[in-house]
Amino acid sequence: MLPELLQFILSGMTLGAMYMLSALGFSMIYNASGVINFAQGEFIMVGGMAASFLSAAGVPLPLACVAGVMIAGLVGGLVERMAVAPARDAEVASIIIITIGVSMILRGLTEILLGKRPHALPHFSGEAPLALLGATILPQSLWVLAAGALIVLGLSLFFGRTRIGKGVLATSYDRLAAQLVGVDVRRVLTLSFALSAVIGAVGGVVIAPISTVAYDTGMMLGLKGFVAATLGGLGSGPGAVFGGLFLGLIEALTAGYVSSAYKDAVPFVLVFIVLVLRPQGLLGAKPTDRI
Amino acid sequence: MRFFNMMVGVVCALAIGASAAQAPAADPVKVGAVLSLTGSASSLGDPELKTLEMMVDQTNRAGGLLGRLVELVHYDDGSEPGKANVLAKRLIEDDKVDMLIGGTTTGASMAMYPLIERAQIPFISLAGALVIVEPVKRWMFKPAHHDRMVGQRVMLDMKARGYTSIAMLSDTSGFGQSARKEMLNVAQKVGITVAVDETFNPKDTDVTTQLAKIKNTPGVQALFVVTFGQGAVVVTKNIAQLGIELPHYETSGVATREYIRLAGPAAEGVRLPAPVLMVAADLPDSDPQKKLSVDYVREYESRYQTDVSSFGAYARDAWHIWVNAVTQARSVDKAKVRDFIENTTGLPGTSGMINMSPQDHLGLDISALKIVTVRNGKFAIAD
Repeated sequence: MLPELLQFILSGMTLGAMYMLSALGFSMIYNASGVINFAQGEFIMVGGMAASFLSAAGVPLPLACVAGVMIAGLVGGLVERMAVAPARDAEVASIIIITIGVSMILRGLTEILLGKRPHALPHFSGEAPLALLGATILPQSLWVLAAGALIVLGLSLFFGRTRIGKGVLATSYDRLAAQLVGVDVRRVLTLSFALSAVIGAVGGVVIAPISTVAYDTGMMLGLKGFVAATLGGLGSGPGAVFGGLFLGLIEALTAGYVSSAYKDAVPFVLVFIVLVLRPQGLLGAKPTDRI
Repeated sequence: MRFFNMMVGVVCALAIGASAAQAPAADPVKVGAVLSLTGSASSLGDPELKTLEMMVDQTNRAGGLLGRLVELVHYDDGSEPGKANVLAKRLIEDDKVDMLIGGTTTGASMAMYPLIERAQIPFISLAGALVIVEPVKRWMFKPAHHDRMVGQRVMLDMKARGYTSIAMLSDTSGFGQSARKEMLNVAQKVGITVAVDETFNPKDTDVTTQLAKIKNTPGVQALFVVTFGQGAVVVTKNIAQLGIELPHYETSGVATREYIRLAGPAAEGVRLPAPVLMVAADLPDSDPQKKLSVDYVREYESRYQTDVSSFGAYARDAWHIWVNAVTQARSVDKAKVRDFIENTTGLPGTSGMINMSPQDHLGLDISALKIVTVRNGKFAIAD
């Protein structure tokens, strides 16, 4: 019984770490601009695809991974400059629709440029599964978990300790006030897109050896990330971490103890219930209206 | 200026004259295709289109059909059946094609069929499900074995090896779910108990939860995974991760070299029913399917620098069924060609020996599928 439960939990945590990285990207952009970026899943995909292509072309694995992440970051920044910034005076809903368009374009471009076939990266440290109290875990899953933890740590340092990080936070609280005290709001927006693309791409790169990556991989991961971010509370960093891990665990436990047929329905039912009972999400701050 | 205009006119006239002199006497024969080149089924539609373009070139290089060149008009349905219907209408009414190939997916083929029947035009579908040929539809044919045959082939192999209680893991896509139903039916008929019946989303990145359940169910003797593409790779890797020793069966949907490449050593020993295409080089020279399969693989791979798949091979067979019928009918008259397609007998294809009849628009029997296994990173005939 115990090894089975442990297996479900390990599998849920790996999934959850992926959802968490996707959710963090959603939250970061939502904070900086109030926009829900539906191209987040595509950032994950671009990172994974770029890394596997470079690796297949003979670039050493660590270099390919770093380059893949940087390419995704560049794409993220470009998306903000070319598609979102020109519409900055438009309503939030319009910008959200723009991000949906961007996601289609990124998917289509990848499909045309890099092909429709799935690609895989080599495992970072071997494929031999590690045994743990009767359950097994791939070394690569540990990489996924470690990458998730490192990103969370890095982000908390970034927001708590750096000037530019504090600038992003200030912009999320009050754009006009931040501008008045000298924060370059435009740069903050570009940065938040680039950064959320980097976060997503790290996820895309570490998961690619396990799950393979194709031009349409981002859709489901993006959607689940959005659900995770909403569950935890949109815009809340701890909320994204909690929402992601919670979602992964719930999925694995539903598949394990109820039926795998309901696995994908549970997150969406859950988000529905949360939105009705607690619209700000489980860890989100209660919205206050300015008078 | 006037002189210049005149010169342009003369040059144009010469150009037209020259091209007219090169063209054959009659208009080209037009073949229409609606394929899924983008969207979820694009990995199927892509080799289909590549194959059809290669077939058109081959036919034209060999002098065309009935002394006329052949022209392919193709559209992409984006893996949406609703769009396939509109595109079929365009092919029939605007492009005035002489026959139609396509419907990469079952949904698209079925959505197109009402129009096909009204227009009375021969139609060869490339999709997998049984519903395309059962009940028989007058104008629709199919060169690809269907999911029930795949199920029968797998279950018979299991039975022969003495497995009576198995676990099944199917994906939640249209293919996975319709195939799952067929497999359950077949299992019941041959007396195999499906002790565990689990599903997964083909986009899942981890299926260890379902597999752990299967692993911990006592009495299970074999595992049958009903999926294709990326999903199969994830499942296969997870099986290796959990150290599951059960005999592992897949459907013909994973009969691609890409599967072996992506799943790596985890794919060793996997058993699946596959069209002979994948193991053509191992066939005896006397086998009528050998030469054409080997030729197709060689030409496709040298032309496109990419691996063949069984989906492209269905398009190849579809093309040959039609060419064979047109040659016999000595015309592209739609009704005549339809009759000759229905009478296709003893035509070797990459999927098997094709013998159609008014009751059978598929023309393949279960022997067309061979049980193959992955040995040293290659497909090999099992046993």
